[in-house]
Amino acid sequence: MLRNETGPAAGSRNERGQDLETVQLISAAGERLSHPEFDPWVADVTEAQLTGLYEDMVVIRRIDTEATHLQRQGELALWPPLLGQEASQIGSGRALREDDFVFSSYRENGVAYCRGVDLTDIIRVWRGNASSGWDPFEINMATPQVIIGAQTLHATGYAMGIQNDGADSAAIAYFGDGATSQGDVNEAMVFAASFQAPVIFFCQNNHWAISEPVGLQSHVPIANRALGFGIPSLRVDGNDVLAVLAATRIALERARTGGGPTFIEAVTYRMGPHTTADDPSRYRDANELEDWAAKDPIARVAALLQSKGLLTTELQDAVQAKADAVAKEMRAGCINLPDPAPMDVFANVYSTPNSWLDRQRENYSRYLAGFSTASEGGK
Amino acid sequence: MSTMTFGRAINAGLRKAMEEDPKVVLMGEDIGKLGGVFRITDGLQKDFGGHRVIDTPLAESAILGTAVGLAYRGYRPVCEIQFDGFIYPAFDQIVCQVAKLHYRTQGKVRMPITIRVPFGGGIGSPEHHSESPEAYFTHTSGLRVISVSNPQDAYTMIQQAIASDDPVLYFEPKRRYHTKGEVDESLDLSLAPSMETARIVTQGTDVTLVTYGPLVPTARDAAVAASDEGISVEVIDLRSLAPIDFAPIEASVRKTGRLVITHEAAQSGGLGAEIAASLTERCFNYLESAPVRVTGFDIPYPPSKLESHHLPDLDRILDGVDRAMGRPNSLSGLEG
Ligand SMILES: Cc1ncc(C[n+]2csc(CCOP(=O)(O)OP(=O)(O)O)c2C)c(N)n1
Ligand SMILES: [Mg+2]
Repeated sequence: MLRNETGPAAGSRNERGQDLETVQLISAAGERLSHPEFDPWVADVTEAQLTGLYEDMVVIRRIDTEATHLQRQGELALWPPLLGQEASQIGSGRALREDDFVFSSYRENGVAYCRGVDLTDIIRVWRGNASSGWDPFEINMATPQVIIGAQTLHATGYAMGIQNDGADSAAIAYFGDGATSQGDVNEAMVFAASFQAPVIFFCQNNHWAISEPVGLQSHVPIANRALGFGIPSLRVDGNDVLAVLAATRIALERARTGGGPTFIEAVTYRMGPHTTADDPSRYRDANELEDWAAKDPIARVAALLQSKGLLTTELQDAVQAKADAVAKEMRAGCINLPDPAPMDVFANVYSTPNSWLDRQRENYSRYLAGFSTASEGGK
Repeated sequence: MSTMTFGRAINAGLRKAMEEDPKVVLMGEDIGKLGGVFRITDGLQKDFGGHRVIDTPLAESAILGTAVGLAYRGYRPVCEIQFDGFIYPAFDQIVCQVAKLHYRTQGKVRMPITIRVPFGGGIGSPEHHSESPEAYFTHTSGLRVISVSNPQDAYTMIQQAIASDDPVLYFEPKRRYHTKGEVDESLDLSLAPSMETARIVTQGTDVTLVTYGPLVPTARDAAVAASDEGISVEVIDLRSLAPIDFAPIEASVRKTGRLVITHEAAQSGGLGAEIAASLTERCFNYLESAPVRVTGFDIPYPPSKLESHHLPDLDRILDGVDRAMGRPNSLSGLEG
């Protein structure tokens, strides 16, 4: 009854009846491919900047693996790995301006890194210390969303605000392939199109929503869907950092100049489990993993740098040292994080005093005090 | 009789219901190959096929909305909501459609839909994974709401829920999925106690302690601890949250004169309030002290490092028992 194959339906067409192109600027083998429409958008990327993108990807992969280790060692309750999605997150994250605003899911820790998040703040939620790791207004990135798809509406509303203010910044919503099935995501596209809001819908199609293949969520390439809402859509190789950077720049330029929303489908792959609690061997083929390992986002930039004579041992050592330092800092931040105080359970439910809660807080405080008197008195 | 875990018992109950009625179909996210994130539907898609164990696209409103259509067509959908906190996108379909269609059509359309909801905390999860949303649904006419506390009830009551011609919310205490117990799989459903009846778990004479779902084992432990101090606690497992089987609670309170209610859900507007009010109406003259509620606080479910403070535990329940008994307690001197 239901289709179960992975990957978008073969032979899908866009509205002009053509196969929708998946733009690539760096091949899996690391060759720089030319593309007349996209090339101008990355023409200014210097060798140093390309090296920087490489470093970013290595560093966030390292952050990600370190967090997975911390979870295995019992220091984190859970972790949602981004392994394999580095190019999608760095390419888009690095295209943003400081005054743009990000609304993400739980998996965009690489984007958070681009926003300059404090490393300890990344793991606060996953250690169980807090429901939110960072102050959204410090890095212009909302607290990550667990309710699938809800953030796309928030991004659209934020963009409507930008528009009303006459500003030229943009909002960007990050979400997965599974999320595209939610009503919220579709309603967000309706609003964004109706109001021509300066918002980017950035979908990382990593081919899986926990155990469900993308073919169950969409009968056509996901990028095609946006066209039906009247939203221009781009489909890029999500493991190609330059293609992602170019696409995001195209969308940002449109948003900044009154052109309204853009949808970007970054075609990538979730190389790890859904979260550290998941066991993908129950539902997916090891062959698929091998195929995608050959399209690794970092290896291809390394190959490109190599061909330009830029991948020196010096560079590699420097990048490794940076990744090690960052991982070390995050681990220390994690392990030294103090536990929240018991009475913190009552904090911040409301912005002003609330009589119901005040009474419960007082009662619980008396209750806890009873334990210390009891133990002092040697009950 | 066989020994099985709570989770396995639900699985066995689902299997039995599917074998007996070809119109029973399961729907939900990741319930097929994966067997659900808690493995409750493990093996069922393999045995019954993808048309009866349907991995749905990721959209809860659509799961419930299409279940309504399937029910119109004569099916008995059993919908899995992956975690309590993900039921809200489906709230509109449940409250406006599932709950009201029978009434709205003068009984012509039945909605034999079962909604399985793993609920409650205590498993160290991030936000939206530990909630107790039952009161939203007990407040909605047209829905039956039940919660199970042991493998036998899990096995029997999932079948009763599926057999019900009314929609049923079936709340599963996820932190008890691995608890083992005896299950009689040969039990004749027509002879089993109705899913609308409460059950006396432990008999007692001093205090009536009412609870359901995840806190039933905790309440039982509290009764044992209280008996060490010479207090005899009668523990009642509600099983049905809407409607509530008040008769045995009333009989118990007439005997003990004292009532304590405990649940994980927030206090204000919760089931504890309904039970306290109803019992006060029904046996005011028998009460020797005011009903006591021991509940989660009126807060969003806290981060996991704080959940032990939010969740009623043995000590907090015993403190509540002390309040009902007029013994020294955390609120001594404050109450009238
Ligand atoms: C409303 C809601 N329903 C269900 C879930 C449980 N859930 C968490 S992640 C997930 C899959 C999401 O897949 P996708 O959108 O592709 O994002 P990915 O995890 O692949 O990054 C599901 C079903 C949820 N968090 N929220
Ligand atoms: Mg996905």
